[in-house]
Amino acid sequence: MLYRDALKKAIDELMEIDDTIVILGEDVGFYGGNYRVTDGLFSKYGEKRVIDTPIAENSIVGNAIGMAFGGLRPVVEIMTVNFSLLAYDQIVNQLAKIRYMSGGDICIPLTIRMPQGVAKQLAAQHSQSFERIFASIPGLKVFTASDSITAYYGLKQAILSDDPVIFLEHLLLYSQDFLFYEINDFDITKQRIVKSGENITLVSCLKILHDSLEAVKEVEKKLGITVEVIELTSLSPLNLDLVYESVKKTKRLVVVSEEPKTGSFTSEIITKVMENCFYYLDAPPLRITAEDTPTPYNRKLELFSIPTPDKIATKIINWGREHGL
Amino acid sequence: MNKSLAEKFYYYMKLGREFELRAKEEYMKGNIGGFLHLAIGEEGTHVGAILGFGNGEFFVHYRDHVYAIARGISPKLLMAELFGKITGVSKGKGGSMHFYSSKFNFYGGNAIVGAHIPHAVGLAYAKKYLGKSDGVMVAFGDGSTNSGNFYESLNLAAVYQVPLLFFCENNYYAIGTRIDRVSAFKDLYKKAKDYMIAIQIDGMDVFEVYRAVSLAKEYIQEEGKPYFIEALTYRYESHSMSDSGDYRSPRELKIAKEKDPIDNLLKKAFKESLLTKEFVEEIDRKVEIEIEEAVEFALNSKEPDLEELYKDIFCED
Ligand SMILES: Cc1ncc(C[n+]2csc(CCOP(=O)(O)OP(=O)(O)O)c2C)c(N)n1
Ligand SMILES: [Mg+2]
Repeated sequence: MLYRDALKKAIDELMEIDDTIVILGEDVGFYGGNYRVTDGLFSKYGEKRVIDTPIAENSIVGNAIGMAFGGLRPVVEIMTVNFSLLAYDQIVNQLAKIRYMSGGDICIPLTIRMPQGVAKQLAAQHSQSFERIFASIPGLKVFTASDSITAYYGLKQAILSDDPVIFLEHLLLYSQDFLFYEINDFDITKQRIVKSGENITLVSCLKILHDSLEAVKEVEKKLGITVEVIELTSLSPLNLDLVYESVKKTKRLVVVSEEPKTGSFTSEIITKVMENCFYYLDAPPLRITAEDTPTPYNRKLELFSIPTPDKIATKIINWGREHGL
Repeated sequence: MNKSLAEKFYYYMKLGREFELRAKEEYMKGNIGGFLHLAIGEEGTHVGAILGFGNGEFFVHYRDHVYAIARGISPKLLMAELFGKITGVSKGKGGSMHFYSSKFNFYGGNAIVGAHIPHAVGLAYAKKYLGKSDGVMVAFGDGSTNSGNFYESLNLAAVYQVPLLFFCENNYYAIGTRIDRVSAFKDLYKKAKDYMIAIQIDGMDVFEVYRAVSLAKEYIQEEGKPYFIEALTYRYESHSMSDSGDYRSPRELKIAKEKDPIDNLLKKAFKESLLTKEFVEEIDRKVEIEIEEAVEFALNSKEPDLEELYKDIFCED
């Protein structure tokens, strides 16, 4: 199932049974969504439930918060994560705080979906990844969707949650076709093992997870070992039990992300693993990220600035050899 | 209207159009990547505004090619930027949406809708503070007139009393959403008229745009106050290189094209004997050569070294 169809299926199925669910965003209605996720929903549910907004991100989120006060369950689409910064005040000062400041009186069941990441030559203002920007704010749940399974089940869980959820998607995944099957007890907050292995634990999410999986084939061949790959599906709450368990078995940790290195969310994962598994580790954790630069337009430089399957493989192989694999 | 002005209009509009038609072609060939927002159909608005304004700093959103051309930045540097080459006007780091040249007082090329408008207010403030009188112009789309940045800027420009020309190019659409579906006013100049003089003009007529902008320039310089122009225009192509386009009817497009700014200019200029057929043919040849040279320059230029990734982040490296 296409990733974008999985997202739509989740929204559509819930809208069918719950008419308090409304969608808001730029070009989400009549136009069908910039990435076609909401295509067809405007004609099916009408303009009162699929609301085309002006380019006014702060008001989109602000209005959605008010709608939630009024008993609606809004699903906001911010066209890309880059523009969420125009709504950052509403997200951080309002959305994340109100339940707490009201002593638990007010719930805000609001989901903000948005794609992030480096696509292809969109330049610095359109290529960012913001795991750290949202996951570091108490009061927000932050989920990611790396394939059609997490897209469908994860988004349903997000929309049904009575808390605010930031739901991160990736620009390059929308037209990818992923295996889809039914799962009965899916819980996005638990993280997810996508491939088991014995000698290295690799943690990643979104598009770079798939690049990592590709790299892992090469790593396993070259080093003659197996790698366990864990999809980080929930950055907040951050339950890393699966990762700890895995690291205690493999004794080695690699974290791969498209964020620039310094202060990236990889730091948080490594810190937690060090706090919990220090004595189990046979090697210093390896962190593979984008460079600490804005993203350049030129394609060669752009690819140089982010991890690619080749680079991920080489880095892991060199690191593995250096540390006894 | 004089002859030399009409000649300039034709030259820059033709150069702008051919530049973009060629850019489209090169995009299809894979020589250009990312977003490519074409202004084909909007040349009267872009060229009339730049020439009418003359000196002074200029800000614009991502639909910036024709503005940059009218500003006099070499098509070679612009094409090389689209090709991502080190010789490009932003060293291949910005691309189509981010043409910058302080030498030409050209401050982008901004890809965050509405975000450059406050910059223009600030620059106008700085100029007033420093006692410089040539004003600032900021161009932006209809879509940004619904954003907080826009309203905050109208207010502050009026509070600070700065020489700033707000230039709204209303092409009726923000990507696939028609302006009247998301704006309380269809006539966008009305949003500004309580803050400053605000007018609406026909952006398909380069003479009218030029006239209105030069008068506005005089006003902001003499009075030291902001001014607002809404130019009604139309883009023929899709929003970027990749939308479905079916949010506009073929009929709507056809009607818009009947007012084509270049045809419009020629018709008027021939009638009033401002341009000759020979001149037009000569310009067409000249433009063809310039575009060819620009593409050649772009093709033959080097890609940035990998080291470039780490350069230009700070002034002091
Ligand atoms: C803050 C922000 N939100 C959303 C976008 C995505 N976006 C890019 S262009 C655009 C439409 C802008 O339309 P308009 O201002 O009318 O300019 P035009 O493209 O018509 O020249 C949108 C929504 C963006 N770049 N920035
Ligand atoms: Mg527009």
